[in-house]
Amino acid sequence: MTPKVVLVTGVSRFLGGHLAARFAANPDVERVLGVDTEPPPRDLLRRMGRAEFVRADIRNPLISKVISTANVDTVVHASVTANPPGPTGRTVMKEMNVIGTMQLLAACQKSPKVRKLVVKSTSAVYGTSSRDPAVFTEDMGPKDLPSSGYAKDAVEVEGYVRGFGRRRPDVDVTTLRFTNFIGPRIDTVLTRYFALPIVPTVLGYDARVQLLHSEDALAVLERATMHDLPGVFNVGGDGVLLLSQAIRRAGRLALPVPSAAVPTVGGFFRSARLVDFSPDQMRFLNWGRVVDTTLLKKEFGFTPRWTTQQAFDDYVSGRGLKPLIDPETVDAAERGILDAAARFR
Amino acid sequence: MAGARVIPLHDPERDAARKARHVEVVPEPEQRQSEVPDWERRLTDLLAFARRRIAGDYEVDEFGFDRDLTENVLLPPLKPLYEKWFRVETIGLNNVPMAGGALIVANHSGTVPLDALMTAYGIASEHPAHRPLRGLGADLVFRTPLLGSLARKGGQTLACNADAERLLSSGELVGVWPEGFKGIGKPFKDRYKLQRFGRGGFVSAALKTGVPIIPVSIVGAEEIYPMIGDIKALARLFGFPYFPVTPFFPLLGPLGAIPLPSKWYIEFGEPIRTDTFGENAADDPMLVFNLTDQVRETIQQTLYRLLTQRRNVFLG
Repeated sequence: MTPKVVLVTGVSRFLGGHLAARFAANPDVERVLGVDTEPPPRDLLRRMGRAEFVRADIRNPLISKVISTANVDTVVHASVTANPPGPTGRTVMKEMNVIGTMQLLAACQKSPKVRKLVVKSTSAVYGTSSRDPAVFTEDMGPKDLPSSGYAKDAVEVEGYVRGFGRRRPDVDVTTLRFTNFIGPRIDTVLTRYFALPIVPTVLGYDARVQLLHSEDALAVLERATMHDLPGVFNVGGDGVLLLSQAIRRAGRLALPVPSAAVPTVGGFFRSARLVDFSPDQMRFLNWGRVVDTTLLKKEFGFTPRWTTQQAFDDYVSGRGLKPLIDPETVDAAERGILDAAARFR
Repeated sequence: MAGARVIPLHDPERDAARKARHVEVVPEPEQRQSEVPDWERRLTDLLAFARRRIAGDYEVDEFGFDRDLTENVLLPPLKPLYEKWFRVETIGLNNVPMAGGALIVANHSGTVPLDALMTAYGIASEHPAHRPLRGLGADLVFRTPLLGSLARKGGQTLACNADAERLLSSGELVGVWPEGFKGIGKPFKDRYKLQRFGRGGFVSAALKTGVPIIPVSIVGAEEIYPMIGDIKALARLFGFPYFPVTPFFPLLGPLGAIPLPSKWYIEFGEPIRTDTFGENAADDPMLVFNLTDQVRETIQQTLYRLLTQRRNVFLG
């Protein structure tokens, strides 16, 4: 069933905005509504074409009116975010994530026209610790429930979504658990982190990082909206990069920081407005997280075009990150040493 | 990497060039081999390795196993320990399959899990397929900074059924030491007495994936650090499962940490097939217990036999 009227939340951000633009470009979709608290940046608005922007707060019951008057049949909830908008944004972020989802789901439940709900969730719901298996499948849960931050928000959001699914069994609910996004265009905590010339890491730990190219993320969200594919799916690129390896591929230098000094260093980076790391993202840098994407490929029918490594390389070259150590210098040094060695033969 | 230059993700030329560079590392036709001295070839290898590490140009699997690092950095230092210090002798290495999933189950001893390292080195160096052994380790290993990340890079992962089944079904050689800390941390007077084999989780993992279980008996590892005492207070303080006291440690300080040069034997037993029990066999607790006992008995009997054949702890 192709949706007629699609409502997308979080359109002033990369993912929501570009998703609305994709729906607007699809002639099968009659109407596209984009909701956010602030208008999208101008270039994003231009891309969105015929999509209509509705300046509304999903925390406000008004959203219910938007959904019922526009006869929305498909809701894409893409506004759950890990990136707080500003240094004091954590409380606001939590409210937007959790209260916003509650209101949005309440509005969907009241409107009999709604047939489909697509939720952008995160693999952070699995938590991250030394006692976790190396690879998470969809049926696993976290060993310790995340006590704060984005991961906790996401766990609560998924809880409300499950509740909604029980109350409205006629609605197809697709929950997508994304790994960290990367790409030349998207702006996340991770893209800012790898752009630092000297990248702080936690001494003695090397996280396994699985990434997803932002274009793949858009394609998955689009496919979930256009087709009837209910269920919970992990979404991530194939393959894994170690944090140290990613830093080397980006040509950065790692600065290992002892665990005890991590909060101080994190605070410094936050106050310098470089990267805003929350404690659960810090834990992510310790252990990392890898998810199993068999269901995505077999049942959902989508194979990411970029592997983790390719997505990361695309980000590095797309951002024009200049390596601190030039690979050509390394090659030249290698040749020089070998030539010198040949003379001693 | 200028901003405007388009760098395709999959540039066939670059890939080919990269492959070509790898080829350089491999010894070239015999003619050149005779010309190029051995040290120079080793230097070439070393430099190529260094370049790959600096550029981050290597593959890591989903468990964090870094083959390049393991083969070039982690395993080589074990060679003198394996060949000169413990003079390890392997028996029945042909019982380890050339390919496909298999579960290696061994006894655990020696205060420090050197037996796991030696088994892994033995298979990597002496087995014709040079297979990496993917060990399953305790949570404590992965919680410890440095050790944890090194263990993952060396191919180890957390001992849990999800990881074991994933490795086995993808055709890896997996090693388990079911006695765990009860095994390595047992007092010297209990040497070569197998401890309880956990809950048989390894057997159900093998049953679910239908891979053979290879019982392995290691003789010699019990004598490297004869543990005659355990300082519980210090163990609690550091968060260790035990704090060993040997005749030389902590008495002689770091000198006491040198393992005694016992002579080692590692015997790989006949594989026990698990694919003959049909589906849902892993859910049959009686079968799991029986198989666990069978594996345990086989290892225990082999240990006794090897011990009666051994005339001297240090000379073999």
